Amino acid sequence: MNLTEEKVCKLEAYAQLIRETSIKMLVASGSGHTAGPLGMADIFAALYFHILNHNPKNPEWDKRDRLVLSNGHICPAMYAAMAHAGYFTVEECLTLRKFGSRLQGHPERSRLPGIENTSGALGEGLSQAAGMVYAFHMDGKKQRIYCIMSDGEQEEGSTWEAAMFIGKNKLSNLTAILDRNNIQISGRTEDVMPLDPLADKYRAFNWNVIEADGNNISEFIQAVDDARNISDKPTIIIAHTIPGKGVQEIENDYRWHGKVPTAEEGERFLKEIRHD
Amino acid sequence: MINPDAKLSAKIFADYIEKSATRDGFGRGVVEAGKNDSRVVVLCADVSESVRAEQFKKEFPERFVEMGVAEQNMAAVASGMAAAGKIPFTTSYAVFNPGRNYEHIRTTIAINKMPVKICGMHGGVSVGADGATHQMLEDIGMMRALPGMTVIVPGDAEEARKAVLAVAKTDVPTYLRFGREVTPTFTTPETQFSIGKALTLWDSDNPKVAILSTGSLSYTALEAARALADEGIESIVLHIPTVKPLDEEAILAAAKRASRVVTIEEHQIAGGFGSAIAEFLSEHNPVPIKRVGMNDQFGQSGTAEELLKHYGLDALHIAETIRAFIAV
Repeated sequence: MNLTEEKVCKLEAYAQLIRETSIKMLVASGSGHTAGPLGMADIFAALYFHILNHNPKNPEWDKRDRLVLSNGHICPAMYAAMAHAGYFTVEECLTLRKFGSRLQGHPERSRLPGIENTSGALGEGLSQAAGMVYAFHMDGKKQRIYCIMSDGEQEEGSTWEAAMFIGKNKLSNLTAILDRNNIQISGRTEDVMPLDPLADKYRAFNWNVIEADGNNISEFIQAVDDARNISDKPTIIIAHTIPGKGVQEIENDYRWHGKVPTAEEGERFLKEIRHD
Repeated sequence: MINPDAKLSAKIFADYIEKSATRDGFGRGVVEAGKNDSRVVVLCADVSESVRAEQFKKEFPERFVEMGVAEQNMAAVASGMAAAGKIPFTTSYAVFNPGRNYEHIRTTIAINKMPVKICGMHGGVSVGADGATHQMLEDIGMMRALPGMTVIVPGDAEEARKAVLAVAKTDVPTYLRFGREVTPTFTTPETQFSIGKALTLWDSDNPKVAILSTGSLSYTALEAARALADEGIESIVLHIPTVKPLDEEAILAAAKRASRVVTIEEHQIAGGFGSAIAEFLSEHNPVPIKRVGMNDQFGQSGTAEELLKHYGLDALHIAETIRAFIAV
C-alpha cells in the first residue's frame, strides 16, 4: 500500500490521539487496563486509518475486512480508534465501563456496531477469526481477517488448538498480530510462564512468522503488506511493543497492566503524550 | 391410554417396535438440513463415525470441518463461522461439547449471540461400557443456565431428526443432547414436533400423577404408566423434549389435573430437567414433586440396561418410585 512520509505522520498523529482518548477514558471509568492500549495505539492507528478495508458509516458492510480483538481488555485503544474513525462520537468514549454504555469493559458484539466478536475471555479470538476466514474461504470471499492477541494469552491451550487448525488449513487470508509486550497481569511473561521462542513455535505449526516493531507504524504496515503476499500459509506478526508507550514512568512496568491513572496522573500522562 | 393425537407408533408396546439411537436421528436430520440449506456446516472433533456425521461428510465434504480432538477451538471456530453467515452444528460427546468447552460456548456463542447448534452425543448413563468419564450427566443443567440458550433432548431418533431440521431454521444458540444406545422409536413422521412444545403420550380421565419426562426415558415412562394403569393407577405422561424454553402451559395443565408430578431424566436431579420443572411449578402451581434421575452420583461401566436398572431408571423402578410417591 502506498505509504508516504506524510501519511506516516498522519497515522502517528492518530496514534497520539488514540493514546490521549484512551487515558481520558480510563480516568473517567476508574477501572480498566492502561499498558496494553498505550502499547497498541500505533497498531490500531495503522489498522483503522490505513490497513482495514471498512466503512465506519456502514459497520455491517458485507465486504469489510474483519478485525477480531482476542485480548478484549485492551479495548479502550480500539474504541478510541473507532471513535476517531467515525463509528461513534468521541464523547461516547467517556461512557466506557459505565452502566448502560455500549462500550462494555470487554467488547460485546451485540452491543456495539463495528465490534466483530465478544471477547475478554482469553484464548478465543484466534479460533473465532479462524471460523470467519474458513467460512469466507468456502464462499470464495477474499476479505482479510486480522486477529489481535496478547502474549499472555499464548498460555491458553486453546490458542494452540486454533494455531494448529489454522496451520493445517493454510488459512492465508488471516493475519494474526501478537502484542509481544512481555508483561501480563501478575508479572513479566517470562517469569510467569516462559513463552519464547514464540516465533519458532508458530513456525512449527506451519505459520509464516514476521517480527516487527509494533510501535513503528511504517515497519508494522510493511509487515502487514508482506503477509498479504503469502498465499500458502497464515502469517503471524509478532509485534514487539512497549507497554505503556508514550508515558515514560509506566513504560514496561507490569503493574500498569491492569490499573488506571488517577485524575492527577492522567493530566500528567496527557501532557507527556501531547509533548506539551 | 395412549394419546391418539400424538400419532405414535402403531407398534408402541410391541417387542418389535423399531429401535434406533437418537444420534442416528441426528445423522439423518443433518443431511436433510444440509440439503435444505447450503449454509449448514458440521464441525466434528475426531468422532465423525460415532456422532453419525459420516453421511453428511460423504454428501457435503466441503461443508464438513474436521477439528481434531480440540473441542474448545471447535466451539469458537463455529462462532466465527456463524458470524460469517454459516449455520454450524458442532459435534462431539457431551462430556466434551459442552463439558470441556463450556466457557468458549458461554463467551463466543451465548454472550456473542451466535446461532451455533451445539450437539452433545452420548448423553446420560446409558452410554454404557465407557464408564463415568464418558457419561455426561450435568449438561442439561449447564446449558439451561445460559441466557438465550435453547435446550432440546429428543425422545427418539425420529424426533431427533425433526429437532435438527427445526433448529437449523432458528437464529438462536441451541444445545441438543443425543444418546448413544438404540431406544424405541415411539413417534412417527406424523407426530408433531415444535421447539418449545410438549407432547402428551398417555392420558387418563382421573390422573393421580403427571409423569413429566425428557429424552428417550419418555418411552420408559410410558411403559411405567401402562404398568400402573394395569393396577388402576391413572396417570399422564408428558414428553418434554424442549427443556428450555419449557412448554409452561402444558406443564401447568398436567400439574393441575394430577396434583402430583414425577420428573424423569437421564441426568443429575440437581440442576437438570426435574429442577427446571420444580422451579417453574413451585412458583406457579406448587404440587408435590418427585424427581427421578441420578442422585448426586457418577455412573460406571456396564451395559445400558444394567446401568439404567442399577440407577432406578428402568420401567420397573420408575413404576415402583411412583407407587411409593403417590402412597404418601
